[in-house]
Amino acid sequence: MIVIPVIYNFRSAKARWTSAIVAVLGIAGTVGVFVAMLALAQGFRATLVSSGSVDNAIILRAGANSEMESGITLSNISILQDEPGVARQNGQPLVTSEVVVVAPFPLLPTNTDANVQVRGVSPNVLTVRPNIKIVEGRMFRPGLAELVVGSNAVKSYAGMNVGNKIRFGGGEWTVTGVFDAGGSAFDSEVWCDARVLNGVYKRPGQVFQSATVHLTSPDAFQKFKDAASKDPRLNVDVSREIDYYAKQSETFTRLITILGGLVAGVMAIGAIFGALNTMYSAVAERTREIAVMRALGFGAAAVVFSFLIEAVLISFVGGALGSIAVLPLNGFTTGAMNWQTFSHLAFAFRITPNLMIGGIIFALGMGIVGGLLPAIHAARQPVAQALREL
Amino acid sequence: MRFRRLVQANLFRKKARLLLTIGSFTVALFLFAFLAVVREAFTRGGGIASASRLVVINRVSLIQPLPLSYRDKISALKGVEAVTHNNWFGGVYQDPKNFFPQFVIDPENQRTVMPELIVSDGQWNTFLKDQQGAIVGARTAERFGWKVGDRISIKSPAYFGGQAWQFNIDGIYHGERRTDDESQFWFQWKYFEQNVPPNFKDMVGWYVVKLESPDDALRVSKAIDAEFANSPYETKTDTESQFAASWVNQMGNIKFLILSIGSVVFFTLLLVTGNTMAISVRERTAELAILKAIGFKDGTVLLLVLTEALAIAFVGAVLGLALATLAIPVLGAALNGLLPNLILSNSMIAAGVGFALATGVISGLLPGIGAMRLRVVDALRRI
Repeated sequence: MIVIPVIYNFRSAKARWTSAIVAVLGIAGTVGVFVAMLALAQGFRATLVSSGSVDNAIILRAGANSEMESGITLSNISILQDEPGVARQNGQPLVTSEVVVVAPFPLLPTNTDANVQVRGVSPNVLTVRPNIKIVEGRMFRPGLAELVVGSNAVKSYAGMNVGNKIRFGGGEWTVTGVFDAGGSAFDSEVWCDARVLNGVYKRPGQVFQSATVHLTSPDAFQKFKDAASKDPRLNVDVSREIDYYAKQSETFTRLITILGGLVAGVMAIGAIFGALNTMYSAVAERTREIAVMRALGFGAAAVVFSFLIEAVLISFVGGALGSIAVLPLNGFTTGAMNWQTFSHLAFAFRITPNLMIGGIIFALGMGIVGGLLPAIHAARQPVAQALREL
Repeated sequence: MRFRRLVQANLFRKKARLLLTIGSFTVALFLFAFLAVVREAFTRGGGIASASRLVVINRVSLIQPLPLSYRDKISALKGVEAVTHNNWFGGVYQDPKNFFPQFVIDPENQRTVMPELIVSDGQWNTFLKDQQGAIVGARTAERFGWKVGDRISIKSPAYFGGQAWQFNIDGIYHGERRTDDESQFWFQWKYFEQNVPPNFKDMVGWYVVKLESPDDALRVSKAIDAEFANSPYETKTDTESQFAASWVNQMGNIKFLILSIGSVVFFTLLLVTGNTMAISVRERTAELAILKAIGFKDGTVLLLVLTEALAIAFVGAVLGLALATLAIPVLGAALNGLLPNLILSNSMIAAGVGFALATGVISGLLPGIGAMRLRVVDALRRI
């Protein structure tokens, strides 16, 4: 087969630049929306999933779906911390007993109240979750009404700066530090001593909502889970922390994926219609050119191939443009309601190279579907008749 | 119209292109309707909330309870017409994915405070006498195929003991307006109180207060908060619309995102379709010149082109909106209660048709004016 040089396609795209640009923009818009919606879902999921780590286990009361519903006593926690698989530092088990409440704080910039998760933790929490670091000020001191706030919470809510005093839950609290949890859901939270929080909220002092243990290794999970589930003194559910948070992200991720998939899918149909129209008119305008090429000895396959190449070129440029155009969204932080906990959660769009490649593949798919029929149409035209046409 | 045949012949000259162009309009309008509906669902709260109702919650946070004894103190305040109290139940019907809001209600005052949610007197009276009775919104009843007389079981959350509670569906309520929330499930305070652990007895989730006059909202809400200041359970009182707005604001950016995505979608599709229509006119420049040569006036030529563009836009818009009307209920079901009921309002339909016709006019006008201004001699020579 003698192939028509690709330079012909470049030149013809240049000659019909308005149509080419419109086709490129149509595909770019579709791919942009496709990538942005997936980046949103991915960002939300990543935020929650990165909250958990594989070598931590979270323990809730049996049957509870979230920490809000759960309750676990101090005596249960002391049994748990002696089960096999729990990591120790200087002889002390790495366990944090936690309480979660929701408190209203003014959301910037509207100053309307948002429900913020306040997590009471054990003072050794930073050894249980070693990926969380204090980046400003210091950790709260055990037994005092002091708070450390997540790095997104400082930006999202009013009055959270280090040194400020905040009133909530009938107590006055001092912000002593800011922690960075690597963009996870903890970054939207406010942390304090669990026992102090129990006191302020008039909750029984010996009851927590969950316990999180640091395991000696990710593989120790099964051993720990089996021991805790079989222990007759306990009535608890044990999950890997990362699985627990992945499950929390399901509702919202599902919503965004359905909405995004639908919008991108329908838009793709529209963009394919646009591509078909552009390529059909390109073929119609070039009837004589095609006939001349056929007369010169280029085969039907070469014509189909040439038109497909042109469609693929246009869609590739569109796909690349669309993926690049939404790139500034990467890291853009937005807020949403975490419907599992009724609290406000900040998260960032996450555009990964894989998503962008996916976007370009999506574009190429549209280009091939939109280009194939017109290409075949072009190759089928009888040469003699087409040459005689004008 | 005199030139009907001419317009018709031009429209159907390239059937594939005609179908594709109409198809593009259909897609654009379908997406327009879909995004408008989703956006409305995200922001609904503020719109339907009443300014003549107050919501009283615990100052500490929404999830902390308030004592039942506050009811009489609030109803004694000047300017208060009626008070009802609700609790969030949070039970699970068969599967955690089957989410719908379940409220424990005060049967005495619920109907007075929420008159827009309508239950027939007969059903309401059965409900009052039935300790395990429940009233359910039409949308939720339809979703699970519940009928009056059905007996259902809902698993309570772990903090209420985690056991299965039995309910009789005694009635179905309908909203007065299409936007009213028809997804709630109500049951009796007495049944709740008898079955929860001791620390939840005498504690309600929040109060809803009906005011004698909406102008009084600020004064009454201050009076309520002052009444309970410095008590172990301080209150925070807002009008229902402020309360709803704070929820909407927490979702704020999502709304903005839908809007920007919608604009990109719509703009892109209109660009593509507009261009196609412009091409099809440009291709016929010579024919238009012939029409002028045989005596058609400039205005008539323009009108012919415009009629064609408008016809395509209109047919596409009608198809797209009809498709959306059919698809939106299916979609609402697929989202399985994740969003409030999706409503395609008449104003959205009107806006959609308007957008489509405007695109039709613009995409017909640009090449049409070009054709109209063309000197016949030049145009004919181009061939």
